[in-house]
Amino acid sequence: MSLLAVEGLGATLGRRRVVDGVSLCVGRGECVGLIGPNGAGKSTLMRAALGLIPAEGTRRLGGEAVARLSPVERARRAAWLPQEREIAWALSVEALVSLGRGPWLRPGRGPGPADRAAVTAALARTDLTAFRARPATALSGGERARALIARALAQEAPLLVADEPTAGLDPAHQLSLMETFAGLAAEGRGVLASLHDLALAARWCTRLVLLDGGRVAAEGPPRAVLTPERLGSVYGIRARLDWDGEAPVVQPIATLRPMGESDVGRSGAGG
Amino acid sequence: MSEAARGRWTLATLAAVVAALFAASLLTGPAGLDLGESLAALVAGEGEAAVLVMREIRLPRAILGLAVGATLGLSGAALQGYLRNPLAEPGLIGVSSGAALGAVLAIHAGLSAAFPLALPLMALAGAGLAVLAVLALAGGAPTAGGGALTLILAGVAVTSFCGALTSLALNLSPNPFAALEIVFWMLGSLADRSFLHVQLALPFMLAGWAMLATLGRGLDALTLGEDAAASLGVRLGRLRLLAVGGVAASVGAATAVAGAIGFVGLVVPHLLRPLVGARPSALLPASALGGAAVLLAADVAARLLAPGQDLKLGVLTAIVGAPFFLWLVARHRRGLA
Repeated sequence: MSLLAVEGLGATLGRRRVVDGVSLCVGRGECVGLIGPNGAGKSTLMRAALGLIPAEGTRRLGGEAVARLSPVERARRAAWLPQEREIAWALSVEALVSLGRGPWLRPGRGPGPADRAAVTAALARTDLTAFRARPATALSGGERARALIARALAQEAPLLVADEPTAGLDPAHQLSLMETFAGLAAEGRGVLASLHDLALAARWCTRLVLLDGGRVAAEGPPRAVLTPERLGSVYGIRARLDWDGEAPVVQPIATLRPMGESDVGRSGAGG
Repeated sequence: MSEAARGRWTLATLAAVVAALFAASLLTGPAGLDLGESLAALVAGEGEAAVLVMREIRLPRAILGLAVGATLGLSGAALQGYLRNPLAEPGLIGVSSGAALGAVLAIHAGLSAAFPLALPLMALAGAGLAVLAVLALAGGAPTAGGGALTLILAGVAVTSFCGALTSLALNLSPNPFAALEIVFWMLGSLADRSFLHVQLALPFMLAGWAMLATLGRGLDALTLGEDAAASLGVRLGRLRLLAVGGVAASVGAATAVAGAIGFVGLVVPHLLRPLVGARPSALLPASALGGAAVLLAADVAARLLAPGQDLKLGVLTAIVGAPFFLWLVARHRRGLA
């Protein structure tokens, strides 16, 4: 049984068809990387798959149709880390991370020992234990991002869906985050993360889904997806690819066409 | 001290302050009763005139001060939490201006002179209609994002329109006394309110409080934005209805019996937020107590500062509230620099 399964998914924002006929699944033990240029429909695909916006096609979380799940049941099956790093009030980091326990709390009850253990573990995994009493709004951009990741980890859902989780993190914390994702997969959970760093995606993801113009352009193991031809046709770049070293290298070298032209071509293909 | 312990301590302190100010409100007034006389009249019913003063004049006034203040504080905290905007206040979604318009029409048409409860009833109706208009304008489920923003815009539109109609009623008022009555009513006061007013307003306020009291967890999750809150299991459509409905019922009733009293709902949540670790759910009860304390204190001060002058409550809260708000702004700027 897959943690997330969508078939023939289509979503429209305003009048624009952003996702069109996408099928995708994430199983236990998988860390799936969702890659594609800006505007390819990655965020919309993830939000639609989780049932946060209306969409056509079948959407299942843990084998159950999304529409049949109550919001709380859905939250227990999948944690969602949006791209917007919004923290409205100056909560302490610990209180912020504890918000991830919301779906597990019984009405009128405060957090119990299991909740506190989950929060402590999430803080440790994101290297934030020393910051637990600090106001989250006083953190740096990267620390804030880690606090929000910790919130999603504390939710302890079988599936974690994250929108550009590595953006704004320093190299060490990017690596440790991808290690965390690999660790979650090793525990039998599943991760779906959109990524712009192709080298990180190549090294840490068990499978990549390449999105272009709202459709799946390629899917499979990183080495099969990241070919010079596809990087050229989808991203419009020439890159140095090396799969033989200690870690895969995907180093963009040059754009193949002026960006203005590629934008015109892309909007013709549906964004 | 842990965050939870500090929160409990804050609530206990605020509750003690409210109790003390409630007693002070009962003991303040032009009748000049001393402590023993007051208590004997209130509890045991001794002394005919004193009983009348205590039970029919001061007790309803103190109860209304407590309830109206709690309403303003609680609603301010709930709306700031829902809109994720520290500048939100209960009047933002059109309730106060709708209530004011209803009251002004009652005075204008001479209904309030013919039937004393016509004014609060019309004010309640005005508040209800204004909020229905805001909800209709802002649309139902906030799935397309910007749910909070459309609510603010709709609230501003309805508030402006009600304000314009109120001005029109003032403009066309049949005689100068009606105009004066309208102006005075809009300044807000708790003077000369009876138990009839309490009976009329309290059920609506209690219903509103009950709705707002359920919001805590949802407001906490909204700290992360609407998308993340929805993914954490919060039903945003229901949250919005409960927030708007709770504010409408309680603030509509409060405005209907006490007039427009500004700044309490804006300043009190601001002031107490740091004391409860900024958690919206913890701010709700603290802000309710804080609002009650501020309004009771203002009402006692109005009676002590200008005995016999009927200093209006809304005037006092604005005179104290505005400079205080400036001080908050200055402190915020220093914090950023």
